[in-house]
Amino acid sequence: MIALMREQWDLLLENRWLVPILLVIGFGLAFAIPEYNLLSVYVQLILMYAGINIILAVSLNLVNGYMGEFSLAHAGFMAVGAYTAVLLTMKVFPVAGFPFLFPCAVFAGGLAAALLGIIVAIPSFKVRGDYLAIITLAFLMIVKSLIENIDFIGGPRGISGIMKLTTLPWVFFWTVALVWMVRNFIYSKYGRGVLSIREDEIASDLMSVNTRHVKFFAFMLSSFCAGIAGALFAHLLQFISPRIFDITKSTDILIMVYLGGIASIGGSILGATLFTVLLELLRPSTMAALLSWLPSFVFEPLNEHFISHLGVWRMVIMPLALILVMLYWPRGIMGLREFRGFIPRRDREAHHYINPQGEEPDGATDRR
Amino acid sequence: MALLTAAKVGHQFGGLCAVADFNLELHHGDLMAVIGPNGAGKTTVFNLITGVYRATEGSICFKGTELVGKNPNQIAALHIGRTFQNIRLFRDLSVLDNVRIAHHAQINYTPLEGLLHLGRYRREEQRIIDNSRLLLAIFKLEHLAGETAKNLPYGLQRRLEIARALAISPELLLLDEPAAGMNPNEIDQLMALIQWIRQEFKLTILLIEHQMKLVMGICERIKVLDFGVTLAEGPPKMIQNHPKVLEAYLGEIPDG
Repeated sequence: MIALMREQWDLLLENRWLVPILLVIGFGLAFAIPEYNLLSVYVQLILMYAGINIILAVSLNLVNGYMGEFSLAHAGFMAVGAYTAVLLTMKVFPVAGFPFLFPCAVFAGGLAAALLGIIVAIPSFKVRGDYLAIITLAFLMIVKSLIENIDFIGGPRGISGIMKLTTLPWVFFWTVALVWMVRNFIYSKYGRGVLSIREDEIASDLMSVNTRHVKFFAFMLSSFCAGIAGALFAHLLQFISPRIFDITKSTDILIMVYLGGIASIGGSILGATLFTVLLELLRPSTMAALLSWLPSFVFEPLNEHFISHLGVWRMVIMPLALILVMLYWPRGIMGLREFRGFIPRRDREAHHYINPQGEEPDGATDRR
Repeated sequence: MALLTAAKVGHQFGGLCAVADFNLELHHGDLMAVIGPNGAGKTTVFNLITGVYRATEGSICFKGTELVGKNPNQIAALHIGRTFQNIRLFRDLSVLDNVRIAHHAQINYTPLEGLLHLGRYRREEQRIIDNSRLLLAIFKLEHLAGETAKNLPYGLQRRLEIARALAISPELLLLDEPAAGMNPNEIDQLMALIQWIRQEFKLTILLIEHQMKLVMGICERIKVLDFGVTLAEGPPKMIQNHPKVLEAYLGEIPDG
C-alpha cells in the first residue's frame, strides 16, 4: 500500500504539468488572498517578507554556495536597488497614475545593483577566499557611507513616506521569475563553470572555462537579484535608511543560506522561509502571545527581563545561530542536495547520486 | 609544418631558473616523452605550454598562433588538452559533469539564452550530453555517469581525467605522468589505451613519465631534461645508452 502510494507520488513528481499547475494555483492565491482577505494582514506581510528573503538567499547562494566565495556585499546591493527604485517612484515616475511603472522602477533598481556588481566582480578575477570577503565588506561600507553623505537622498535620516506599492502578486511574480532565472543559470554552461571554479579554479581554466566571463555573469546576476529584492523591500517597509542595509542585513542573508544549505536552491527557499518565521517569533508581541499560557509568576518576570527586550536579544541570537549552524550543521538542511523538481529533466541523470548520505562536503571542514 | 614549436623558452621563479633554452618541435601524429629526474622542470614545461605560467623568454607557437601571453582557457580553446600529475578532477561533481564542463568553449549560446533556457540552449546542451556520454562509453565509465567523481577508485579517476581532457577535442594532448601509481598490468592497459586514442582521435601526444616500460614501449622520441636543461633528445634506443642521461640518473660513472 505504502509502496503503491510512493510510486504514485513519484509519478506525480515526474509529471511535466506539475510545475505550471502549481504556478497557476500560486498566482491565483497571490491575487485572491489580498483581494478577499483570506489571511490576516499580518500573515500577508510575513508572506511578502518571505518572498523577498527567498530572492536574497537564492542569489547569495549563487556566490557563496555554488561559487564557493564569501560575499558580504549583499546588503549593499539591496541598498542600491532600494534607493534607485525609490527615487524613481517618488521623483521621476508618476506611479500614482500609472501603476505599471512600478515594475519598471524595480527592474531599474536591479540593473543599478548589477552595474555595481561589476565593482565586486573585477577584483574577484585576481583575489579569492578571505581576501575577496574583505573586499565585499569594504564595498558594503563604501555604499553605506556614500548614502549617508548624500543629502539629496536624505543622508543618514533616510527616506520616509514611500508609497506602499509592493503587493503579494508582485512579490510572487519576482520571486518565481528570479528563482527560475538563477536555476536556469546554474544548469547552463555558465553555472557548470561556476561549480568548476569552486572545485578547482586552475583546472577549470585549463579545461577551457572562461573563468572571468563566468564570474562576471554570476556576480551580475546575484547583485541584480539583490537589487530587485531591495526595491521590493523598500516599497513594502515604506521607509529606508542606510542603517537598514548594514552588516546585520548581510548576516541575516548568510544565516538563511547556511541554514538552508549551500549550493541548493531548494535549501535556500527553505532556509529563507524558516528564517522569516523565526524572526517573527522573536518579536516581543508574538513571543508574549505565544507564552501567555505560562503561569503568571513565570510569565511576568520573563516578560519583564527577556521578552520585552527581544529586539536587542535578536542581535545576539541570530549571529549565535549562524555560529552554531556552521559548527554543528555545516551541510544545513539540504547542503549540496537538490529537490528533483528543480533539476531540469536533461540534467537529472547526471545528478542521480547527488544525495550522499551522512557525508560532509569537502569545504565544510576547511571552513571550520 | 610543425604542430607545436617551442623556441628558446625559459622560465624563472624568482632567481631560480626552472627551464632554460627549451626547444621542441612536434609534428602531427607524434608521440613524444619528456623524462628526467624529479625537479627537472618537466611539469613546468607543460604549465608553460598551457598558459598556467607565462614564459619569461622565448616563444611557443601552436599551428602558427603564439601561445605566450594567452590565458589557459584561450589556449585550451585552441584544442590543447592536458591531465595532471596529481589528479585534479572536480571532486564534488558528477562524472558526467566533469566531462561536460570541459566542453565549455565549444558550446555556442549567449548568457541570455542560458538564463532563459531558450534558443540554442536545448540543442547545444543535448549535443554536449551525447558527446560526453560517448566519451564516457569509450572509457567504460558510462554506468558511473551520475556518480560523484571523488567516489571513483584511483584507476578510474585517472581514466576520467583523460576522458575530460579529450572533451575539449584536443589536437595536442599533454599527459602528466599518466601511469603514476599503477601496477604493471594496469600500465600495459594504459599503453594500449594511449595508442588507441592516438589513432582514434588523430592526436599528437606529449607525455611526462617515470615508468621506463611505458616510455620505451610506445614513445617514438624522448627528450631528457635535468635542472631545466635539455640533456638529450632522440629515439629510445639512443637515449638508453646516452652517457649524459645515465649520469643524470645514476650519478657520475668513475673512469676505468
